[in-house]
Amino acid sequence: MQRSRILGLVGIAWFLLTVGVLAQATRMGLLLAPTDALQGNVFRIIYYHVPHSMLSLLFPYVNLFASLFYLYWRQRDPLKALTADAWAISSAEVTVVYATICLWTGMLWGRVTWGIWWTWDTRLTSMLLLWLLYVSYLMLRKLSATGQTQTLAAVLSIFAGIDVPIVYMSIRWWRTQHPAPIFLSGDPDAKMDPSMLPAFLWNLAAWTMWGIFILIFRYVLERRRQARDQDAALLAIEASLEMAK
Amino acid sequence: MNYFGHVLTHLRKDLQLEWRSRDSINGMLFFSLLVVVVFSLAFDPTAAMSRQIAGGILWVALLFASITALNQAWTRELRNRVLDAQRMSPAPPSALFLGKALANFLFVALVEVVLAPLFIVFYNLHALGQGWLLAVVMPLGTWALVCNGTFFAALGLRTRNRELLLPLILFPISIPALLGMMQATTAILTGEFEPGLWIRLLIAYNIAFTTVCLLLFDTVLNAE
Repeated sequence: MQRSRILGLVGIAWFLLTVGVLAQATRMGLLLAPTDALQGNVFRIIYYHVPHSMLSLLFPYVNLFASLFYLYWRQRDPLKALTADAWAISSAEVTVVYATICLWTGMLWGRVTWGIWWTWDTRLTSMLLLWLLYVSYLMLRKLSATGQTQTLAAVLSIFAGIDVPIVYMSIRWWRTQHPAPIFLSGDPDAKMDPSMLPAFLWNLAAWTMWGIFILIFRYVLERRRQARDQDAALLAIEASLEMAK
Repeated sequence: MNYFGHVLTHLRKDLQLEWRSRDSINGMLFFSLLVVVVFSLAFDPTAAMSRQIAGGILWVALLFASITALNQAWTRELRNRVLDAQRMSPAPPSALFLGKALANFLFVALVEVVLAPLFIVFYNLHALGQGWLLAVVMPLGTWALVCNGTFFAALGLRTRNRELLLPLILFPISIPALLGMMQATTAILTGEFEPGLWIRLLIAYNIAFTTVCLLLFDTVLNAE
C-alpha cells in the first residue's frame, strides 16, 4: 500500500513537471524563437512536427522488445509475460497517437509550403505505413479471441518490426521529396540554425516527457484491467468449485 | 519420416482435397477475371497506357483473388476438428505450414497461368523489356503474397470476423513486396527502367519472411 502511494505521488509530480516543461516549450517555440527567413511564422510548426515524428519512431522499439519478452516469458513466467504485454499495448497506442499527430501537422505544413496536403514521398509514405502497421496491430488485438490476443499480437509485432526497415528502403528507392533530416545528416545546407536549437530542445524534452507520461498512464490502466480479469477468473473458478460440492 | 516427407504429405493432402472440390481455384479464377474486366472499364486500355498500369492491375487482381482462397485454406482444417489432431501429432508444425503454403502457391500459380493469356489479350500487351524475367518475378511475387497470407490466415483463424481481419493485417505488411512486384512488372512491360533492384528486394523479402513464418508458426498454432 505504501509503495503504490509513493508511486502515485511520483506520477503526479511527473505530470506537473511535464505540464511546466510543455508550457515553457510552447513559449519558446511560439514567442521567443526567431522567425524563419524563408517561411515566416509557419515554420514554428517544426517544434511540434519534428519531435513527434522522432518519438513515433522510438515507441515502436518499446513495442517490439516488449513483444519479444512476452514470447520469451509466455510459458516460462506468465506473470512477467503479462507485464511485457501491458508495455506492448500501451506503446502501440502511443505510437499511433504520435504518428497521427506527426502526419497531421506534416500535412498542415505541407499545404502551406508545398501547396499540397499530401505527396507520395519517402518519408511521408513510410510514416503512413508505420501508422497503418500499428493500426492493424490494434485491430488484431480488438478482433482476436481472449486468451490468444497477446500471443498473436506479439507475433504480428515481430512481423512489423521486420517489415519497417524493408518498407523504408523500398520506398526510398521509389521516390524522395521531403527535406533531408536536419540532425545527423551529412548535408551542411540542411543544418538547423543554432538560434532555433534551444526552442527545439525544449519542445523535444517536453514531448518526450509527455509521451513517457501517457505511456506509463496507459500501462497502469492495462495492469489494472489485467488484475480485474484475474480476479474475475478466480471468482469464476471458486464458484464452479462451490457448485461441484 | 523426415521433415520433407511431412511437408510432402501435407502438400499431397491439400492438393487432393482441392482436386476433388476445386472450390478455391474456380473461385479465384472467376474473381480475378472479374477484377480485370472491372479495371478495363475504369481505365481506357490503349496499348501505351495499359503497359503503364497493367503491372499494378495484375497484382491487385491476384492479391484480391488469393485473399478469397487463403481465407478458405485453414477453415477446411477446422471441420471435424482436424486442426486439433494436427496439433497433437508429433509432426513438426512448420511442416504443416510449409505444405499448406506450397499448396496455395500452386493454386495461385495455376490461376496466373490461365489468367496471363487473357490479360495479354484484354490489355493488348507485349513486353518492351526482357519478357523472360516475368518468369522470375511472378513466382517470387506469388510466394511473397502466399507465404505471409497463409501465415496470417492461420493467425486469424479463431478471431471474430476472420474474413475481414486477413486483408487488414496482410496488406500493410505486404506493401514493400507489392511495391516490388508492381515496379518489377511495370519495368519489364515498359522497358523504361531496370527491374533488377526490385527483384532483389523481392528475394530479400521472401527470405526474411519465410524464415520468420517457419519459426513462429508453432507459436501461432498453439496460441492459447
